[in-house]
Amino acid sequence: MEALKQIVSHTAVLPQADIDTDQIIPARYLTTTSREGISEGLFHDWRFSSDGKENPDFVLNQPEYRDARVLVAGDNFGCGSSREHAPWALKDFGIDAVISTRFADIFRSNALKNGLLPIVVDKQAHDWLLDHPGARVRVDVELATLSVDDGPSLHFEVEPFAQYCLVHGTDQLGFLMGKEEQIAAFEKARK
Amino acid sequence: MTGKSMLDKIWESHVVVPETQQNPAILYIDLHLIHEVTTPQAFSLLREKGIPVRRPDLTLATLDHSIPTRPELVARGYEGMAPAAGKQVRQMVENCEEFGIPLRGPGNADQGIVHVIGPELGASQPGKTIVCGDSHTATHGALGALAFGIGTTEVGHVLATQCLLQRKPRSMGITIDGPLSAGVTAKDVVLFIISKIGVSGGTGHVIEYRGSTITGLSMDERMTICNMSIEAGARAGMDAPDQVTFDYLKGRPMAPAGADWDKAVEQWKALSSDPDARFDREVLIDAAEIPPMITFGTNPGAGIGIRREIPEPVGAASRKALEYMGLKPGRPLYGQPVDIVFIGSCTNSRLGDLQAAAEIMKGRKVKSGVRMLVVPGSNKIKLAAEELGLDRVFTDAGAEWHEAGCSMCLGMNGDIAAPGQYVVSTSNRNFEGRQGPGARTLLASPVTAAASAIAGAVADPRSFLIDGGA
Repeated sequence: MEALKQIVSHTAVLPQADIDTDQIIPARYLTTTSREGISEGLFHDWRFSSDGKENPDFVLNQPEYRDARVLVAGDNFGCGSSREHAPWALKDFGIDAVISTRFADIFRSNALKNGLLPIVVDKQAHDWLLDHPGARVRVDVELATLSVDDGPSLHFEVEPFAQYCLVHGTDQLGFLMGKEEQIAAFEKARK
Repeated sequence: MTGKSMLDKIWESHVVVPETQQNPAILYIDLHLIHEVTTPQAFSLLREKGIPVRRPDLTLATLDHSIPTRPELVARGYEGMAPAAGKQVRQMVENCEEFGIPLRGPGNADQGIVHVIGPELGASQPGKTIVCGDSHTATHGALGALAFGIGTTEVGHVLATQCLLQRKPRSMGITIDGPLSAGVTAKDVVLFIISKIGVSGGTGHVIEYRGSTITGLSMDERMTICNMSIEAGARAGMDAPDQVTFDYLKGRPMAPAGADWDKAVEQWKALSSDPDARFDREVLIDAAEIPPMITFGTNPGAGIGIRREIPEPVGAASRKALEYMGLKPGRPLYGQPVDIVFIGSCTNSRLGDLQAAAEIMKGRKVKSGVRMLVVPGSNKIKLAAEELGLDRVFTDAGAEWHEAGCSMCLGMNGDIAAPGQYVVSTSNRNFEGRQGPGARTLLASPVTAAASAIAGAVADPRSFLIDGGA
């Protein structure tokens, strides 16, 4: 995983609540065996009409939002399936952070392992961000702060280990494999 | 000191390295269930790094999501699959061979939906930690296990180390007391719960289902409830193991036997939450309040009693949902014409589900113009149902009788609905496009689904019960 220390970007806003993983990437894009080109399926049925043409009303198809690295979504983002294809597709499309009031547990866990930062903000900040699409935000992952333009910064919660891994680009598998001695001892003790 | 919950007990006995402020706990996993959709990238990583699978003996593999279930397609093997699905299935076969994991693939007597075969083989047991790259893993919690869904990166972690990095979740007790009314099933119970606490009501929590309603249910029914814990946002769902659990497990191929069995049962009996255990959140439900349920929106929380009117939408999301569903507030779904009825999925494809549906279908016909699919959850269930003649009940009524798999629960194996079609479905998700682009899913129980197939419209199962119902 590449390190993610800072994100400076304008936002794209997708205000709908409870955006589920089948919207983020429909199941028919899950027959892949790799991660290549996975963003093709991102928000597919919202991004494209049934004839395969881009839907001009969808925010990420609009020129001013297409390259936003920060997505502001409605309440409770990422509910549903455990498919890691959801954060893979967002990341592959160029999104580095999603801001909402709540994230589904498995989505959050998957996102953090792929350099995609889920940021939980309170209702007041969320409402402001929803009302100001295109706002320029700065995210400091190490300090866990989010600020708009040169305004005051607010602190967000991020699980400390996941934060460390994001900032340093640490591979969690490597960390786990480093605990081989303890794992083997645990297995032996249970026999 | 307060007592321990079942979650506390299972958690504590699996901690390899305790949690600190900086680091999550390292949690040992007793059973890793794998399927073709969420594992290929994990195996690729292992291959690339030259890492073996640490415990193939604790890994149970099957094929379920992307395989076809229509008998004529299944008979054609790879030829019957879409090219991408065929490639994925081939990859799974190769991965299992290369890494030494026995695969319960098509043709294997044990093949079936991953959450159906784990309990069926007796691999899912009380007190175990069980994970799978699938959000419906909570199903196995019905046997008194801590079972939860993980992503592909974590699948790689478990394959390589048999462990996961985890923070301990919070606990939620949901107590349901009293007998269920006629025509009300476990599916209605869980749809009712989700309609009360919402699709994110359980986020960060493990739910323990308690009370006389739960202890009065069969294993199949308990699995239906635990299965949909994720639809309330919960990390997992679980039931205390009891005599129903032990009777279910005894004699199953992977369950303990002989002296080991007696020892295991003693240990399992100690897993229940202590009487003075405290939950971070508690919810109480009176079973008498639960009617046959159906969903009208595009998330599983949008459920109502089958005779109740669709509520006025609140906010943009629920307006958009009703628009997608082509439904109007102020009217009940009862009587809404349907195009397809699907009985299957890890939620409702067990023998008990098929028996309940067959009870209603017996001697009746699927309404002309309605397509009905009945898809057993495993090869064993298919055989058991055929021995009971259930397949004939369904096919005589005009329904399709399929081979085991996930089928129309999710549109990735060829079993899909057309845009705009209404599907009464016993599966778990009514998300936009879940059963095919533009498809409109109405989640319900197997008996409501069967009644709706006969009526050709959303129907109240109570009208079809032998005694006329409540």
